[in-house]
Amino acid sequence: MDIQFLTYLFVGGSFVLYIGIAIASRVGSTKEFYVAGGGVSPMANGAATAADWMSAASFISMAGIIAYSGYDASVYLMGWTGGYVLLAMLLAPYLRKFGKFTVPDFIGDRYYSNVARTVAVICVIFVSFTYVAGQMRGTGIVFARFLEVDVDLGVVIGMVIVFFYAVLGGMKGITYTQVAQYCVLIFAFTVPAIFLSIMMTGHVLPQTGFGATLLDSAGNDSGVYLLTRLDELVTELGFREYTSGAKSTLDVFFITAALMCGTAGLPHVIVRFFTVPRVRDARVSAGWALFFIAILYTSAPAVGAFARVNLIETVDNAAYEELPQWFYNWENSGLIAWVDKNGDGRVQMAAGDPFSGTPSYSGERGSHGERLLTNAPTDNPSEVYIDRDIIVLANPEIGNLPAWVVALVAAGGVAAALSTAAGLLLVISSAISHDLLKKQLKPDISEKGELLAARIAAAVAIVIAGYFGINPPGFVAEVVAFAFGLAASSFFPVILMGIFYKRMNREGAIAGMLVGLIFTFSYIVYFKFIAPEMSTPEHWWFGVSPEGIGTLGMIFNFVTALVVSKLTAPPPASIQHIVEEIRVPRGAGSAIDH
Amino acid sequence: MKGKSRQDYWKANVRLIATLLVIWFIVSYGFGVLLVEPLNAIHFFGFKLGFWFAQQGAIYTFLVLIVFYAWSMNRLDREYDVEEQ
Repeated sequence: MDIQFLTYLFVGGSFVLYIGIAIASRVGSTKEFYVAGGGVSPMANGAATAADWMSAASFISMAGIIAYSGYDASVYLMGWTGGYVLLAMLLAPYLRKFGKFTVPDFIGDRYYSNVARTVAVICVIFVSFTYVAGQMRGTGIVFARFLEVDVDLGVVIGMVIVFFYAVLGGMKGITYTQVAQYCVLIFAFTVPAIFLSIMMTGHVLPQTGFGATLLDSAGNDSGVYLLTRLDELVTELGFREYTSGAKSTLDVFFITAALMCGTAGLPHVIVRFFTVPRVRDARVSAGWALFFIAILYTSAPAVGAFARVNLIETVDNAAYEELPQWFYNWENSGLIAWVDKNGDGRVQMAAGDPFSGTPSYSGERGSHGERLLTNAPTDNPSEVYIDRDIIVLANPEIGNLPAWVVALVAAGGVAAALSTAAGLLLVISSAISHDLLKKQLKPDISEKGELLAARIAAAVAIVIAGYFGINPPGFVAEVVAFAFGLAASSFFPVILMGIFYKRMNREGAIAGMLVGLIFTFSYIVYFKFIAPEMSTPEHWWFGVSPEGIGTLGMIFNFVTALVVSKLTAPPPASIQHIVEEIRVPRGAGSAIDH
Repeated sequence: MKGKSRQDYWKANVRLIATLLVIWFIVSYGFGVLLVEPLNAIHFFGFKLGFWFAQQGAIYTFLVLIVFYAWSMNRLDREYDVEEQ
């Protein structure tokens, strides 16, 4: 059976599974729609959180980013896992005890203010939409690469699938499809990783193969460590060592902190912890979530290193005509390009870009059969352009793995994109139907009316997200800095102080959120969109890049909130009582019961 | 154990969190970022130690920290008689 057929089979089969789950978990109440009735087991919630959290970017792009930036990519590995420690200890158990449906719900009630609630709703919608546009696009791209359909059609197919289970099943439908999607994506990621690890080092676990010695082509131990070899290879080509970084220590520090606190403050992650039955389950569930995420996050750096060694040894200085088939396939897909600068018919790798921008092909073939380019070549000896996404997408082919593994990777990529999109869309719809409509505009709305509103809001959100997926604003790649920076500088501090600092009041929280938000927003907009040419370390404040600025925004938020709350009246006694209640697991309700 | 107050429970919780977050900080920002250069002089299997913490060790430690916290809090909940029924 050919790859094309298998891919249709796997992706189609996974869709049937998701729709089946959606029909089985239809919901009838807002509690089921918003938080799956609060009855999800900690392990299932952990798997759902992992799928919710790991987007198309984690699945497709991260290993490639690591392969190309080595140590510098550690910010993502630590930043996107360390946040779960903060969630487990500082946020999740207490928010679960509070027992509401959404993040703006907590902020509005704890700070006894609809202004605070509205600021939170705006943040939720902004953070989630920027994020979801990228996911819809990711779905389309996976379809386009593996199934040879148009990107736009791929986006529409993705919309229809998400529409089906998010509108019908709400959080309940999303939760159980996410569990299934986690299984698909982790299987799709680890199978090629294990094959590659065995092939290169003889170790089954990529995590240990990462630190092991390489096998030579005959399968004997070469005695040279993978990472030692990799450092040699890249320095010979003129790059800096793989295991050391180029970013300043301060910037690495700030980016890691922004990603960690941003993770802990992202509404679509926090809300997952509202779905477990008890406070103790929220803590355990954070452990399960990190366990499931760590399987991918500890394999990814190994995959990155294996792939980089493999790529250099296969491609560098090889005659174009003698390259393996995958090279031509991905050149035809537009993810690889070669310009023979020195005219020797061999592909030379070197530090620096072979030409500026992404390849634009002239439509003609050169003397060796390569696709010719219209891009102006640069002065450096580098001849080959390789898109970073290749590392994951082409791994099965590079490792000569069977066709079904390639098909599996396609299904995994779609699962990663859809699961994150669904989680984000639910957060948007509940912010509108619950926090705006029920809590502010129309408090007397019936249960049925609110549920209908939630479904309509979800449907509208899907259409808008799909629109952005088809007509992506030019900045999709830049918005990651936005989502994390804004979550770190707005939500994380006010939720944390709402739990750990009883004296924090409405005035302090609103002032802190606004200062953190406006500062971070302005800094990112300035350096990413208004004056991108100024975005160099000399111009950055204290040398902090836009990716790391959320940390500074967060510090401003904390300081402003503390100062303002000292100068204004303490919160009412009833609020201080709520804070004391959320600090202990035992419920007030069950105390009355006996 | 009925005599122990909720305030004491909260203090014990905050103490535990503070201890675990110090470890969290040391393995990631300490070993993985600030001290990465000196640690890279030490070899750990085929890894430079600082690099290993940044790309592997910190993540394993995070997981252990959460598991330990969840386990300790279950004990603390019972000890202070505040667990869910």
